[in-house]
Amino acid sequence: MHPDREAYLVNRNVLSRRVLAGVAVAALALAGCSDNAENTDAAGGETKLSGEVKVDGSSTVAPLSEAAASIYKEEGGQAGVNVSVGTSGTGGGFEKFCKGETDISNASRPIKDAEKAACEAAGIKFKELIVANDALTVVVSKDNTWADCLTVDQLKKIWEPNSKVNNWNQVDPKFPSEPLKLFGAGTDSGTFDYFTAEINGEEGASRTDYTASENDNVTVQGVSGTKGGLGYFGFTYFEENAAKLKALKVDGGAGCVEPSLKTAQDNTYKPLSRPLFIYVSDAGAKKPQVENFVSFYIESIDDIVKEAKFVPLTEQQKGTLKSEFDALKAAV
Amino acid sequence: MSAPTLTPTRPEPSAPGAALTQRRSRPGEVAFRLAMQSCLVIAFGVLASLLAWVLIKGWNRLDSRLWTEMPTGLTSRLDGAGVQSALVGTLWIISLVAVICLPIGILSAIYLEEYADNTRWYNRLLELNIQNLAGVPSIIFGILGLGIIARALGLGFTVITAAIVLSLLVLPVVIIATREAIRAVPQSIRQASYALGATKWQTVSRQVLPSAVPGIATGSILALSRAIGEAAPLIVLGAVTFITFNPDGLDSAYTALPIQIYTFITRPQAEFAELAAGAIVLLLAIVLVMNSIAIFVRNRFEKRW
Repeated sequence: MHPDREAYLVNRNVLSRRVLAGVAVAALALAGCSDNAENTDAAGGETKLSGEVKVDGSSTVAPLSEAAASIYKEEGGQAGVNVSVGTSGTGGGFEKFCKGETDISNASRPIKDAEKAACEAAGIKFKELIVANDALTVVVSKDNTWADCLTVDQLKKIWEPNSKVNNWNQVDPKFPSEPLKLFGAGTDSGTFDYFTAEINGEEGASRTDYTASENDNVTVQGVSGTKGGLGYFGFTYFEENAAKLKALKVDGGAGCVEPSLKTAQDNTYKPLSRPLFIYVSDAGAKKPQVENFVSFYIESIDDIVKEAKFVPLTEQQKGTLKSEFDALKAAV
Repeated sequence: MSAPTLTPTRPEPSAPGAALTQRRSRPGEVAFRLAMQSCLVIAFGVLASLLAWVLIKGWNRLDSRLWTEMPTGLTSRLDGAGVQSALVGTLWIISLVAVICLPIGILSAIYLEEYADNTRWYNRLLELNIQNLAGVPSIIFGILGLGIIARALGLGFTVITAAIVLSLLVLPVVIIATREAIRAVPQSIRQASYALGATKWQTVSRQVLPSAVPGIATGSILALSRAIGEAAPLIVLGAVTFITFNPDGLDSAYTALPIQIYTFITRPQAEFAELAAGAIVLLLAIVLVMNSIAIFVRNRFEKRW
């Protein structure tokens, strides 16, 4: 009997020791985390705020809000405020925003009527703020020596639904015979919505036989590696990859204009220069930490845009931004 | 006929041994062997080149910055960025998955293996469903979690939602692995225990379970390694992509390494790609450590009958 009892005890001890070890590891991991999360308030004159600021939406605008969150963390003097940024896409972001799940929604196009209705149905009021500019840039490979400028009509011929254009010489008879390979934005993105609205005349109307990706680096890789490739994305992606890609000028009726900081700002790069937005909900703006973050965002907009390498606002746009935000503050 | 006149085409060899030696030289045999070897080379070659690529790409970032620094949105400060919040988020989630999933999975397996009556239709239905659940794509669990756990139950886009959904995802794996381990304990051990007057519970808890621990531990750790690399359900479950604080509770916003890696890869700046490669190596290292623990536990505590 004794040996049995002993074996049982040994077995039981081994078992419980293993279980204990597992629990200890888990507990340690958790304890380690909560230590890190402790707030270490920086010195600052104002009252200390805390809580979360939830931002979600367009992946195009996300770098801007991330830069805002980073600068806010360092210079905002509110170490207790936690800003998180998600990238559900402009449409996905509005879906959450209109359910009251986020405070701020990043958007690379204005809110649609259907989304507005969803917000209204849920009792969510909001303010639209323009925070930066962008030039949707049409890019081709560096090996493309023939094309320099495309008209909106030519772009439409390429991108319209059911387009059969699959060779550069179909775009313009002067172009050589080179297979056309298309890369573009995924259908959930505001970039896709904006491009199709401006080029094809109808939001969401596009040919479907192209390489669609939410990841613009796929377009960079694809176009730079394909002699007859063509794609489009935000100006930042072109700037970062200017060594690999060539940006086409676009003729919107008033001659060929190249995408640049200047032409995006003064809106001469037509029709593909666009504003970028953040939407702030009234319920969000009522929370002191959200209000504090948004006012910091607006006051430091120049630094934020510079850090995120976006196209800055014009003085006029900045004035509008400030007055819009003041109106929002007054309303809540 | 006699042995010296054997030819490969001989229809009925007199000695079986002679037939075996003949077959070895057939071209089909050689071709099959080569095919198997080249499959092995291809599999390992792809894996090795992926590893090499990630290591080379992320080499500059493979230091303590990875886990001591937070991500940043400042393109001028990318050199000092890390993935601490994602690493801690992943550790939170995986610890919670272990706490939620292992007790439920192991107890379910004990019930199914030791207590359930297999002749009952509902038990067989249960088993069938568990097997099927193991094959459901993870994104489906994500959508289920979004609809039921995040929204209907109101848990929101939080650490606990992610942990519950990933627990559900790997639960079938844990149950199946645990059942295999319990089944491997010989029937004679149970009978000997009963013969000594032990009750059913005493037999299960003092004989069967301790013997099955190596198998259960291995299966559980492998299940957790699967959960740690999952990105698809977390995308749906509102894992944010930029967060400069670590989770501080079950209801905290979070991100996880696979999500962070995916986001970094989509960014235009080359520094993000480097950081992503560094984070991939970090994630691989975690999975490797977990799998090594599984192998160690199996070898150290394995019993043979």
